[in-house]
Parts: sequence; structure tokens; C-alpha cells
Amino acid sequence: MNVAEWEARAAAARERMAASGTRVCVCSGASCMVSGGDAVLEATEKAVKSAGLEGSARVVKVGCMGTCSQGPLVRLDPDGVVYQKMDASKAGRVIDKHLKNKALLRESLLFAGPAEPGVERPSEHPFYARQLQVVLEHCGRINPEDIDEYLAVGGYRALYKALSSMSPEEVIGEVKMSGLRGRGGAGFPTGLKWETAYRHVADHKYVVCNGDEGDPGAFMDRAVMEGDPQRILEGMAIAAYAVGADRGFIYVRGEFPPLAIRRLGIAIEQARAAGLLGRNILETGFNFDIEIRIGAGAYVCGEETALLISIEGRRGVPRPRPPFPAESGLWGKPTLLNNVETYAGVAPIIERGGEWYSTIGTAKSMGTKVFALAGAINRTGLIEVPMGITLREIIYDIGGGIPGGRRFKAAQTGGPVGGCIPEQYLDVRVDYESLVGLGSMMGSGGLIVMDDTTCMVNLARYFMEFCMDESCGKCVPCRVGTRQMHLLLSRICGGEGTERDLALLEELAPYCREASLCGLGQGAPNTLMSTLRHFRDEYLVHIREKRCPAGECAMAGAPAGVR
Amino acid sequence: MEPLNRASQIKTLTADDPRAARVLLEIERYRRSPDALIQVLHVAQDVFGYLSLDVLQFVGRELKLPPSHVYGVATFYHLFSLKPKAEHRVVVCTGTACQVRGAEKILEALRRGRGLTKGSPAAGGRLSLDHAHCIGACGLAPAVLIDERMQARADAGSIDGLVTAVTGVPR
Amino acid sequence: MAALEIFVNDRKVACESGATVLQACRAAGVNLPTLCHFKGLSEVGACRLCLVELEGSPRLAAACTLHVAPNQRIRTDTERLRRYRRMTVELLFSERNHVCSVCSANGDCELQELGYAVGMDHVRFPFLNPICNLDASKSEFAIDHNRCVLCTRCVRVCAEVEGAHNWDVQGRGFLSRIVSDLNQPWAESTTCTTCGKCIDVCPVGALWPKHKAQGQFEKRPEFVSELIAKRGRGRP
Repeated sequence: MNVAEWEARAAAARERMAASGTRVCVCSGASCMVSGGDAVLEATEKAVKSAGLEGSARVVKVGCMGTCSQGPLVRLDPDGVVYQKMDASKAGRVIDKHLKNKALLRESLLFAGPAEPGVERPSEHPFYARQLQVVLEHCGRINPEDIDEYLAVGGYRALYKALSSMSPEEVIGEVKMSGLRGRGGAGFPTGLKWETAYRHVADHKYVVCNGDEGDPGAFMDRAVMEGDPQRILEGMAIAAYAVGADRGFIYVRGEFPPLAIRRLGIAIEQARAAGLLGRNILETGFNFDIEIRIGAGAYVCGEETALLISIEGRRGVPRPRPPFPAESGLWGKPTLLNNVETYAGVAPIIERGGEWYSTIGTAKSMGTKVFALAGAINRTGLIEVPMGITLREIIYDIGGGIPGGRRFKAAQTGGPVGGCIPEQYLDVRVDYESLVGLGSMMGSGGLIVMDDTTCMVNLARYFMEFCMDESCGKCVPCRVGTRQMHLLLSRICGGEGTERDLALLEELAPYCREASLCGLGQGAPNTLMSTLRHFRDEYLVHIREKRCPAGECAMAGAPAGVR
Repeated sequence: MEPLNRASQIKTLTADDPRAARVLLEIERYRRSPDALIQVLHVAQDVFGYLSLDVLQFVGRELKLPPSHVYGVATFYHLFSLKPKAEHRVVVCTGTACQVRGAEKILEALRRGRGLTKGSPAAGGRLSLDHAHCIGACGLAPAVLIDERMQARADAGSIDGLVTAVTGVPR
Repeated sequence: MAALEIFVNDRKVACESGATVLQACRAAGVNLPTLCHFKGLSEVGACRLCLVELEGSPRLAAACTLHVAPNQRIRTDTERLRRYRRMTVELLFSERNHVCSVCSANGDCELQELGYAVGMDHVRFPFLNPICNLDASKSEFAIDHNRCVLCTRCVRVCAEVEGAHNWDVQGRGFLSRIVSDLNQPWAESTTCTTCGKCIDVCPVGALWPKHKAQGQFEKRPEFVSELIAKRGRGRP
């Protein structure tokens, strides 16, 4: 495909989308699918047909719309009205009432409940109004299985811009100016990483996308893979052009439902067929192709060196850095490795400019971040917010607060290697540095809210168990240290802990953090350390009074010192 | 600790077995590159249901990889199973969101009701239980997969009945 | 190779570029404890005993995998490093079932020596007492997983020097075990050449010749290192 053909195709797709009248968007995000989205899709299609509306309405399967707690969801565009908790019969009624009779089906409007009426214009509701969608801008709006819809909303314009009018150095300069930092959690400056990979001369280079989203409570990357896969491919292609790579891999978590993998596969096929991947892309002489690699269930493979070793078909055991993958990665070649959300943020940066992106967020953490809200919160789901927003705004304005009139206790960010943030820091601005300062971390974007029924000691035990199970076993501090810390935490949760156990924990935790080989071992004690810092009282009550204040731990009530 | 496997337990597979032929096709697709081991094991597990010693030996031979290397990889990744799976599977998500919303109570209910725990199947081996570190349905926590059916906002009180209803395995 | 200088505990040390910090330290007579390192085999950085402090880096680094750089400033003997080394040795003793008095390597055991070196007078952590196999099927040698420290020297020497690749690691985390072929009795291995190099490189008594009793057996690790030096390493 050359440029003229590509532009003509995008224009035709735009026209088709506009001419199809009302777009009945049925959410096919994982959350909506498991609560009956399939039946809703089928019923919607049938209802449109039987109402004779095929000429003026089109049913489209779209990715995650964000308000997962209200699913299955159906949105009617261009009206922008969203209907919640759909089933087959309600979907029929929506078509009947909204499309045929041009009236709202009020009882099914988004957020309609016994206490509050539904929302007519979701974009004005705090859930959406407080968000700023850059990465998710097309997610839930276009059909992820149709490249034409992506082209219609401006897809691959950024790649063309980069290929036709920018040198690799200029692309890297734009990314550096944007201030984009690694969205996988560590927050390394993306432009700097690209520059390193660019500077290392080699006969082959690789671009790898980390889609091994393994933090429990996190589903941001999966939502992008399912909802807007072309966006990831475009970002990878731009990166490949910038660093001089010709081959790319997307490493997808094996535990994911097959949807993400299937849609990425479809997206790659369609992009190849359209000449946007493969040889001589857009007739500019640039060659780049992408393959999918499926993980097989190892959290540690989210660590970059382990991920690359796993792509090579071996045990996903991390190796010490340096050398960093940008110097020596896959098969010893310079390899650029970023996560899904990072790549998905590249196209808008190239298109609108790094300067535009850098105006969003805070001075050191620029741009937006996608979070998955879960746990004890009214509106669970997927959100994208500018960096620098406070936790209180996320949890109370967007998330609608804590259900059941209970009290907020802590927010957990960063997954098993992150930490807990207590109530007194609710007004802290969310950026990389301030979360680290509180003993937690940004992480990939899981944000789990806990109310006063959650025991923080048990939570630390839970995450330690996770890290112990997922430890690769290579280095001693992680392999044996997590096992010992889990044992000591289990004793305390079981009412058999002593103050000596607590002292051992406090000695093991910094040791494991500083002496372990990779981020898993280094991060494993984080929840323990942050709960010890903010909720030390709870540990002492477990040990001295053999009592769990949150009522979660079953206490053996054994006298102190008994093993 | 698993007992050691005897050589006499291992049967040599050849491409005469249509399932092995299917695995061989995948091996050829990757031009017999040893890097493809994990992708090939995925297909082999799909085709055979689990990774028996015969299959591991076959894959290792075809990819020219030492047996211990193949065994090391197959046992490193949790998705690979070296034992046949039970007829019916219950997977309780123990991801953080589900944990915070009561996954432990569900596990306790299954243990108390059926003696079903991770690693020790119930109903004469027909029903097995696994924990999953997050199946990504956090908005619907706690989530339980019974065979392939997802139960959102599962409840400890009704989980037992639901398992019977979906799998047909009585208490 | 070009020569360069680094600073070890404020002392100027000359070394060749491309050398590891461990090599530079040892050449300069600075002692660093190691366990997974074995001269001539690839480095893995797993045991974390040779951790050093690197000026300008917030992280500790394993000297065996850290390469020297001009004017690098290294500390090898701070209070924190001594404390961490002791903890590593304690954790190793707590991990499996190490009973020196009945071990064939008693008196010629690197773990035992490390215990003395770091001043470990007792183990503060609970002993984990895992159930481990002992495979004595082979007529010449035996492997006792109760004594294994997962340094993977045997795996590396077998793959990199002998080229047999009888050994690998199975499972993960705390449940990792050294494995022969498809977790088969050593005697049934189709890959083992009975060369005995794994016996010579094992730092503890996990691998030993069967005809030696407690305390009788002397390892010959230098023999393997010399062999590697003479003929070069095989597959990396």
C-alpha cells in the first residue's frame, strides 16, 4: 500500500462510519463478556434486524468502556448514551425505545440505581469527566477487529509522519521531549531507552512489547490489547523505525483469556495485508514485522531480562544487569523493551508533538496513566487520568467512594511488589516519585482499595505468598528469604507470632530488597515494609493480644513463644 | 517431592501418531528452532491434554534439546501440566481484588463442603481445584471459573450448589 | 586488553578491561566470598555472597557479574555487606537439611567454610526441613538434594564443559531441584557420561562418589578449572 491508497482507504472508512447512522457499540471487554456480553451482542443484532433498522444502525463489537462494574454495557453513538447491566431482553428494549422511539430507556441508563438516576450524558459524569483519555481514546469506540475503523480515526498517521518527515533522531527527540516514562511501573525515561538502543550498532535489533501483565488486580494492558490492538502495533513500528529494528515480538501473558491473543493476531494479519507491517511499509523502504509469543504462567517473566529469556524458549530466570537489553537483549542483540501502555502512548506523541504531551501531568511525571480500579470501591473499572491527580479524586470522585458505608483504610498500588498507602496520604498527588516516597510505587496501574475489613498483616502475608510462589529460585535472598518471611507472617496471622519474629522480619525485609537479583525479590518485601510503616499497631495487636483488629485472621490463640 | 520417573514409563512417540504429527507441524512452523520450545509445548498440551513424559521426550528430540532442559522449562511455567487434568475444574481467583472481596471464604466453603483443596482433587479425582493469581475479572470480584464458565461476584454460601449445577458432580 | 584502574576499598587496583570486579579483587588479594562462582564456568550472580557496594549506584552488585570500569569505586567490606553475607549463609543452612557430621564433604565443604568465614555461630531463622530425594541409583556417584544449595555449578559444568547436559533445574522458587533427564534416576540417564566433573565442582556434599564415607572425600575443583583453561570452554 502506498500513501495515496492508504489515505483513500482511511477516507472511505471514515465515510462508511459516518454513513452507518447510529453505532450500537456492545462492549466486549473481558468483564462484560463474562457477565453475559455475548448474549447481549446476539440480542442486539437480532433486535436491530427485526426492527428493520439495518439501514440506520450498525452493531459494533468494541473494547472495554471502563465502567466494568456496570456491565454488560452498550453505548449508542453519536448520541453517546450508555446503557448498563444489559441482558438479552433489556438490549431488545434499548433498540426498541432508543432507536425506534427516540426516547431514553431511563431505568437502564449508566449508573442508574435505587439511590440515583441514570446518567444521560456519561461524559459529564465524574467517572468520565475527571479522566483524560490518550491511550484509551479509541478503546470502547472502535471495532478492534477492523483495521479500517482504526484508520478512520487517524490510525497510522503518526507512523507515516515519522517515516516520511522525521529522522530516527527526531522521533527519539520528540519522545524525549514528551517526558514519557515507562508505564510498566519503574518509570525509566522512554526516550532515553530508545536512544540507548539506537546508539548501539548491530546487524539486527529487536523491538519487544511486554504484554505480560501479571499483577493481580491489573487489567490495563489487556484492555488495550483487546480494545485497540492496532495502536500498540503502530507504536512498536514507530519505535522500530527510531532504533533501527526490523523484527518485533509481543509477549502476552499466557493466563489471559484467548481474546487478547486472538485480537492481536487479527490486528497483525490485517496490518500485514494492508502493507503497514512487513516489507517496504507505506513504500518508504522501512521493513518491520511483529510476532506474538505466549507466556506460560510465570509472573517473573514481566521482569525484562526474564521476558527476553522466555522469548528464547528457556526458563524465565532473570540475569543481572548491566548489560541492559537496549545494549544486549534478545540473542545478544540490542533490544528495545517497553510495555503495552508505553507503546500505546507513542502515536499521539508523534502526531501531536512531545511538547503537547509534556503539558499534561506534573513536572517530573508527564502525561496520563491508566489505572484499573478494583476492590472495595463503588465503581470498579478502567480509567485514564492525568498524572498528578490525587488519590482522593480517583477513589471518591471517579470511583464513587467505598461501598456499604465502610471506612477507607488503604490503597494498594504497584501489585505484589508495590505497597499500601493509608488514609492520611489520600491527598498526595499520584506520580512516580511521590508514590515511591510513601513506600509504594506506580507499578503497572493496579489500584486496589481496601476498607476496614481488610487486615494489613494478612495482606502482607498474601503478597508474600504470591512472591514466594512466583520466585524463580535463582538467588538466595528471594528464594529462601520470601519463604522465611512468609513463614513468619503466617505465624503472626495465626496468633503464634512473637516480637522476635517481628524483629527477624524487619531484618529480612531490607536484606531481600537490597540483596536480591531482580525486581521481584527487590520488591517482594514492599507490602510488608509499607504496612509495617503505616500499620505497625496491627502487627503488635496480632502478636501481643492474639487478636486481628479487622477480624480477618483466624487466631489460634496460642501463648507467645510457642512454635 | 515427586518420585523419579523410570525409563520404562516412557514410550517413544513417532509422527505416526496424528497428535504427534500436529506437534511436529508446529515445530516445522518455527523451522525447528529450539527457541520455539515454549510455543511448541503450548500446542502439545492443547493436543494431548497434558505434557506426558512421552511428549516431553518427543519434543526434546525433535528440537534437539536435552531432556533435562525440556523438563526444566515444562516445570518452570505454571500453565504446563505434567499430569492429566481432572474431568472438571474449579479455578478460584485469588488475585488481590478477589482476595479483598472474599476469595478465602470461597476456598474455605469448598474445603469444608467437599474436601476440595488445591492439589487434592475430590469426588474420586473427577473434580480439581486450582488457584489463579488474577484472571483479570477484578471488577467482578470475587470470580470463580467452573469448567469454562465464569461466576462473577461469587458467594461462599452458594458456591457449592453452583459447582454441582455446572459440573454435575454431587457433593 | 587495555589496562585500567579501579578503587577497591580506597586502594588503587590495576586490572584489564573486560575483567569482572571479582577477578580484579582476587588478583589484588582482596577476599570476597563466593559460592555459585566457579573459575572457568559462566557467571550467574545467583548466590549474592560476592555483593559489593558501587559508588554512585543505589543498588548492590554481584562482583562476579559486574565488569570493571575506569575509576570505579568499590567497597567490599562494609558492615551492611558483612551482615548480608551472614544472612545469606544462614538462609542457606535453614533451607535444606545440612548435617555436617554425617556428610561426605565434612571438612572439605565450601558452605561449611563460609559459615566459619562469616562468623555464623547459629542460625536465627526457622529450619525449613523440606522433604528431599536422595538418588543413589548410579553405581559410581550419588546425589543428595538435602545438601544441595542450587548453585548450578553441576548444571553448568555438564552443559558447558562436558557438553552432556544431564543436569538442569526443575520447578521454581523454593521447590527448585536439580534434575537429571526427565526427572529420572541418574543411573538411567541417557545423557550422563559418568565423567564426574559435577562431583568435583559441587561446593557441598550434594554430589559425591559413593565409595567415600563421611569426611573421606577430597574434591578436585582445580582439576576442572585447569581442564577448562587448557582446552577452552564449550558452549557458553
